[in-house]
Amino acid sequence: MRLHTYVTGPGLRRSAVAAAALGFMLASCELIFPAAPADDAVLDGPVAGLTPEQHAQFLRGDVAFNDEVFTSRTGLGPVFVAASCGSCHAGDGKGHPSTTLTRFGQVDSTGNLFLARGGPQLQHRALPGFQPEQLPAGVAHSRFTPPANTGLGFLDAVPDQTLLALADPQDADGDGISGRPNWIQAPGYVTERPVTRTRGGRHLGRFGKKAAAYDLLHQTATAYNQDMGIVSSYEARDAHSGQLADPEVSNQTVLDVVAYLKLLKTPVQREPRHPDVLAGQQLFLRIGCGKCHTPELTTGASPVAALAHQTVRPYTDLLLHDMGPGLNDGYTEGTAAPAEWRTPALWGLGLSPNSQGGSYFLLHDGRARSFEEAIRQHGGEGQASRQQFEGLSAEQQRQLVRFLQSL
Amino acid sequence: MKHLFALLLLAGALPAAAQIDPVLLRRVPRDTSRLQLNMDAVYNRPFAQPGRLPVALGGYVEANYQYAATDGVSEGHQFQMRRLTLFISSSIAQRIKFLTEIEFEDGTKEISLEFASVDFEFSPLLNVRGGVVMNPIGAFNQNHDGPKWEFVDRPVAATQLLPATWSNVGAGLYGKKFGETWVVAYEAYLTNGFDDQIISNAENRTFLPASKRNPDRFEESFNGVPLLTTKAALRHRRVGEVGLSYMGGIYNKFEDDGLRLDSRRGVQVWALDLATTVPGSRTAVTGEWAWVRVNIPEAYSPQYGRHQAGGFVDVVQPVLRGTQLGFAKAVLNAALRLEYVDWNRDRFAETGGRIGEEALCVVPAVSWRPTAQTVIRLNYRRQWDRDFLGNPPARTAAVQLGFSSYF
Ligand code: HEC
Ligand code: HEC
Repeated sequence: MRLHTYVTGPGLRRSAVAAAALGFMLASCELIFPAAPADDAVLDGPVAGLTPEQHAQFLRGDVAFNDEVFTSRTGLGPVFVAASCGSCHAGDGKGHPSTTLTRFGQVDSTGNLFLARGGPQLQHRALPGFQPEQLPAGVAHSRFTPPANTGLGFLDAVPDQTLLALADPQDADGDGISGRPNWIQAPGYVTERPVTRTRGGRHLGRFGKKAAAYDLLHQTATAYNQDMGIVSSYEARDAHSGQLADPEVSNQTVLDVVAYLKLLKTPVQREPRHPDVLAGQQLFLRIGCGKCHTPELTTGASPVAALAHQTVRPYTDLLLHDMGPGLNDGYTEGTAAPAEWRTPALWGLGLSPNSQGGSYFLLHDGRARSFEEAIRQHGGEGQASRQQFEGLSAEQQRQLVRFLQSL
Repeated sequence: MKHLFALLLLAGALPAAAQIDPVLLRRVPRDTSRLQLNMDAVYNRPFAQPGRLPVALGGYVEANYQYAATDGVSEGHQFQMRRLTLFISSSIAQRIKFLTEIEFEDGTKEISLEFASVDFEFSPLLNVRGGVVMNPIGAFNQNHDGPKWEFVDRPVAATQLLPATWSNVGAGLYGKKFGETWVVAYEAYLTNGFDDQIISNAENRTFLPASKRNPDRFEESFNGVPLLTTKAALRHRRVGEVGLSYMGGIYNKFEDDGLRLDSRRGVQVWALDLATTVPGSRTAVTGEWAWVRVNIPEAYSPQYGRHQAGGFVDVVQPVLRGTQLGFAKAVLNAALRLEYVDWNRDRFAETGGRIGEEALCVVPAVSWRPTAQTVIRLNYRRQWDRDFLGNPPARTAAVQLGFSSYF
């Protein structure tokens, strides 16, 4: 009897009310406080499985990368392009035309002829009272839009041998696609990979539009120096005067930023099981996109356990490809030819508008405003697969684009 | 030795002071006979005069609890001691008075002299004020005491666009003319002004409050050019108050030691403020809008906007008046604040698109005033912050519960 009243009487009503109230509070909590965006909706955030020590370094690097804004008082410039890493790489995503930088002065593998005139990078902004750099008249130049900074630790941990195995410099298999490494002069401060391959004393580059940076320290130290006018002990010459200058950022901060970049998670694909996405993926592989945009890479040994021996899906071979005259700006870096570009990773591509101010700016200089436009600009080694794309039905093209959006 | 003596004297005096019978503390009667403007706010505060001391004392304190989260990430539960402010005023002679306001913000993190002026009245139309004055830009800057507002946070437009509390050393004139049902007033001051931190700061945006970080500004003008601040205000007994103000000067160091460093670069601010009470419903509406223009070097970072604007409007509706919980003249209010700030109204040189850098806030609130001098307030803040590139906004929500009271 007691039990009966307990179950159906006012007691139940009371607990039902309590449960409803609790449910309402929990539900309204979501309403009251905006929820965190889903993991597949943002690019930033660390790799899973890090140690507390790695988390702490990730957080320090995050602050230095996203929040540290340089000013004239803390060393900015005097000539520069932007004042913080985060202002060009918002949310670790692709950049906007206003953050695009200009490189100039090198036309072949003999090196940059304009180093004494401000090359290789144009610092077109300046502190009050200073003159910004001007592009020398008629010089070969190219404009680079910031790429997304995701999963870089995995790309960094792919062994040289893997990339060399993907390369086919003489197009031995006759598929019209060669793919070769950019053999670059690595700066003395980088640490070589455990098994490093060199050619005539040159190292295999893998970061940047032309794969002209050896590793993330090389990229970071150069970014501080060339993008912001911040001298470090690694890149110790001031971009404006060319003179050795006192460091304006500590080695520790630079290394924290490198760790941050290394430990950024890989983008999470959205709706990977959607029929259109699956159909698009098939088409992507069938028409040869995957010959350069290699779907899978496997990392080798790494001091960071979470990065070692992992298979990831970046859709890049990190190699150079001749993309034809349309994408040839006449400018180049390392031993790449001016028409050659490193295959960009396609992961995270669908989230680009969230960091590019609401729309797409694709290809190295942001000239393509949609996936279709980007594909239609593929020439040279990419010509055949572009033609195949154009041969697809409208529905198939839509599926392929849907697949790219899901990345 | 002298100091020691003074200390001993003080030590002796303290216990005595602590024993003062509260009835000896005379409340200084407020001038309620005449129409009060925002500019009168400094003197229109509750003061108490202990015994026969020639000075009157007052102040206010505000503290709150806050739980805030941005995109699902929270710093947890926070108890915040926002500020403790002390006023000391003194009638030095018949028409000479002195008032100072000393503020301790966030505990003792920031201690500032917000006001310290001597006023000489020659006629109602001609008063001279000198010392540390509050520049009369907008209305909030002069009328900022916590207990007067129903919101825990100060308006974003008043503190992050305009630099409230913005006070400087200088001198000027003010005066009023009274009619039957109206009063008009003017104010004009020359003070020290801004410095180049307004375009060189860690916020990476044109940020007038950054000049408050210059510790030398009460002793030395950054460039030797005074900042002019003027205001005209009109109040009608039934309709309300409207104010129009202007502040302008040079913010950069254009020469040093007689050597020219840059051209003179100006900063100008216009503000419009309104306050009215709807007669029947007693709904109070208070609002302010400001426009900022800054001369920024052509080649400088576009992050620093040349044009800014923003403001807020508060609507406060008394819903219950009378004896509540034993307080005879208690009032329960419902209130709403809307605010918007655009720190960069420029357009991208590269795309012609609008630059973001804006915040929108909606703050519904409930406040309870057991007496006119004390307010207990419960706020819910929703804020959307859009970055420079105009990417999807960061969403913040906060629940705040706190009090603010004159003492
Ligand atoms: C002015 C805008 C700008 C700033 C500031 C900037 N970057 Fe970049 N970043 C770029 C551009 C453009 C590229 C492509 C450059 C290239 O190809 O060499 C790039 C490339 C990179 C890459 C290579 C990514 C890849 O996939 O190859 C990394 C890593 C990187 N930046 C990190 C940083 C760090 C760290 C900072 C701050 C120290 C920084 N960037 C500051 C614009 C910027
Ligand atoms: C020969 C190698 C190659 C093939 C084949 C190829 N791509 Fe590319 N792709 C590149 C390179 C290199 C770039 C960068 C070009 C540039 O930045 O100017 C690129 C750029 C892109 C971009 C723009 C990415 C960005 O971040 O801006 C997209 C999208 C893309 N490719 C999709 C495809 C699709 C779809 C196919 C198949 C139809 C395909 N690619 C085939 C090499 C290739």
